[in-house]
Amino acid sequence: MTAEAKSDARSEQFLTFELAGEAYGIEILKVQEIRGWEPIRKIPNTPAYLKGALNLRGSIVPIVDLRERFNMEKIEYTPTTVVIVMCIQTESTGTTVMGIVADAVSDVLDIDLNEIKASPNLGAKINTRYIRGMYVGKTNMVMLLDVDKLLNPDEFMDIAVLPLAAESK
Amino acid sequence: MSIDMAQFHQVFFEESFEGLDAMESGLLNLDMGDVNVDEINTIFRAAHSIKGGSGTFGFTAVSDFTHVMETLLDEMRDGRRRVTQPAVNVLLGSVDCLREMLRAIRDGAEIDGESVGAHKRSLDSELNNHSPADGVGLSQPQKASAAAGAEEQISGWAIAFSPHPHLLKTGNEPVRMFRELLTLGHLRVTADLQGVPDLYDLDPEECHLSWKLELDGNVPVSEIDEIFDWVEDDCDLAKQAVFSSASAFDRQAAFGVSEHIVPDAVPAVPVKPEQTAARSKEPKGDEPKAAAKGSSSIRVDTGKIDTLINMVGELVITQSMLSLIGEHFELGKLDQLKNGLSQLERHTRELQESVMNIRMLPISFVFSRFPRLAHDISSKLGKKIELKLVGEHTEVDKTVVELLSDPLVHLVRNSLDHGIEMPDVRLAAGKTETGTVTLEAYHRGGNIVIEVSDDGKGLDKDKLRAKAVEKGLIEPDAVLTDKQTYELIFMPGFSTAEKLTDISGRGVGMDVVRRNIQALGGNIEIISTLGKGSTISIHLPLTLAILDGQSIAVGDETYIVPLGSIIESLNIKEDRLNRVVGKGETFLLRGQYLPIIRMHEIFNVVSAKHTKLTEGLLVVVEGQGVRCGLFVDDLLGQQQVVIKSLEANYRRVEGVSGATILGDGSVALILDIPGLVRLANQ
Repeated sequence: MTAEAKSDARSEQFLTFELAGEAYGIEILKVQEIRGWEPIRKIPNTPAYLKGALNLRGSIVPIVDLRERFNMEKIEYTPTTVVIVMCIQTESTGTTVMGIVADAVSDVLDIDLNEIKASPNLGAKINTRYIRGMYVGKTNMVMLLDVDKLLNPDEFMDIAVLPLAAESK
Repeated sequence: MSIDMAQFHQVFFEESFEGLDAMESGLLNLDMGDVNVDEINTIFRAAHSIKGGSGTFGFTAVSDFTHVMETLLDEMRDGRRRVTQPAVNVLLGSVDCLREMLRAIRDGAEIDGESVGAHKRSLDSELNNHSPADGVGLSQPQKASAAAGAEEQISGWAIAFSPHPHLLKTGNEPVRMFRELLTLGHLRVTADLQGVPDLYDLDPEECHLSWKLELDGNVPVSEIDEIFDWVEDDCDLAKQAVFSSASAFDRQAAFGVSEHIVPDAVPAVPVKPEQTAARSKEPKGDEPKAAAKGSSSIRVDTGKIDTLINMVGELVITQSMLSLIGEHFELGKLDQLKNGLSQLERHTRELQESVMNIRMLPISFVFSRFPRLAHDISSKLGKKIELKLVGEHTEVDKTVVELLSDPLVHLVRNSLDHGIEMPDVRLAAGKTETGTVTLEAYHRGGNIVIEVSDDGKGLDKDKLRAKAVEKGLIEPDAVLTDKQTYELIFMPGFSTAEKLTDISGRGVGMDVVRRNIQALGGNIEIISTLGKGSTISIHLPLTLAILDGQSIAVGDETYIVPLGSIIESLNIKEDRLNRVVGKGETFLLRGQYLPIIRMHEIFNVVSAKHTKLTEGLLVVVEGQGVRCGLFVDDLLGQQQVVIKSLEANYRRVEGVSGATILGDGSVALILDIPGLVRLANQ
């Protein structure tokens, strides 16, 4: 009964996953499937966090490593490393399919939309553009990502310049 | 009507455009001296279906217009009117006009009333001009009404309507027609039940009733005809005008039946005229909505579908055979298994080929428009031109067909306009008076070749050169090979015609043509002999979805190089290597210095096995006229690959034209040679 009451229009389900010990959440309706990590084909001259492309039943799906995307420390992929394949909606390109690499998937949460708190202002140091909000669960805090913005192919080029420029310094 | 007619619009437009094409080619084929009745019939039928369809969908402007054309064609068909060149020209013009109207309706645009009016007037004048003196040209009822109208006022019509039993199956509904009649005036309907068979013999889907209709009022015969237009061939229809002086007796006489039929047997009629009038007007007032665009369909030969079904059948058989072997497998069945697998392989390949084949259309879809073009241009310029079409049945991918038509129009127009000389010039040059332009299509290897050749004056190299210098496209002292000279015409802003005609000569054509062809993955070449003519050949890949590729290895990465762009692959010898300014590496191959593109550098492959040039291989490739050598670790094998878009889920990547999936399920990127060259030059 309570489960039903939760799944009304005011609440949404989120898939949570782990990334360097932090919990992140994405709308579950965007998720197409979750796969284990397997070696994929590199695409030349693309940002480092774009790991390459995967053959997903005949369509070519680009895969983004979220750790590298967020400039976190790189780690070796482990057996729990997952690829979460998602459908992205963007204005310029319509529906595209992309995958992200995360350390592990954790849970599916029913989150009341009223309980989502706006992302805190962390100053200019951290860009909160891709964060939809925060949810404070019983044990930890979950950062809810706006994947449509995060994985918009048009934004790849812009940010692509940044890490490279940083490295060259 | 509760059905949403809009869902049929697309089909209607497709069929109408096909009909128009049929009309056009029919009209062009008409031989003035000896008119083939079948040809006219074909044209007439096409016009008739367009008229019918547009009427159904409420596109009255189109149906009215087509009606006039149809009348003209009808008279030609019956031999009541001679087929003359002016008449054919007027009809051709009307076909164009109709096409414009249909396009406007499809796109939800405004119909150009002025041009429609002009065409209609010329049709009308054509109709009146040659109208035979004895009045046979008027159809029977028109004549009757004309005669009657001259004598006295028509007060009504007596119509005997006996449908053939299959009328209902053709989708016609008498009651609807009666309602339609009711909008014209007061109507009395009497049903004749005599034809209704015994209940045991009655087929409920057949119509055994016939009706007598009495319509009051001075109604023009054309309006009645319009209502019965659809059922003309499915019923016996007699109409007689009733004049004000005529008595009821005359009406009865008009029906030719006696009075014992009970008028009360009419069930469905006393509808108030106002109501129906309002209803019948509804579809007319309804503005045609813009048809849904974007979805494209393809017509496939049923033969192709049948082959497909056959193959799928065989595939299923092979599959069940294999699963049978697998169920109780023992080593002795190994040979059987091998056989089965090779069969499976063959069937899959055949299936793949025939599925690809569905997308293939004969190139006649493009070629068919050229007789018209040749006809128009030759009459406009006063040239005598024969257009030869060869290999029209050569099949090309649908996308290629669609994108090819504009470039080809440019080329053919150029040949007609610039290539072929005026008749007197030709005679003076010792040629036949009539020039020939040949359009030829054929397969060569994995390519389709389309050639536009003419026996006209050819390209003048000196003139081309002078022009290019004048326009500042080349340096006055530039050394050009013949090929390079001819290619000048593909430069933007180049036109050698002394004066511009409205047909061609603005110099915007050829560079666009080349760009379009290159966008399709093809190339364009020109061969010309001064005074003898020119040939322009277009080479295109057969299909855009599959390509023959050579897989190459660079470290752990596998790339596909389109086989068509590979010239050769070779080992690199140290003594043939040169370095320009210590950086740009070139390889001397038969007197030519090839720039070397190191794949592992340009694509940042860290796992590359060989970084010393002499250890790896050089794949000599050509893209958009530029030759270069790709330095790779190894050649892997040749295979057909299915092109998958990288842009669908990501974006364009420079140097990569797409991706494909290899036999082991992994992804490989297909190289874009011109893009690589650009990348290397950055």
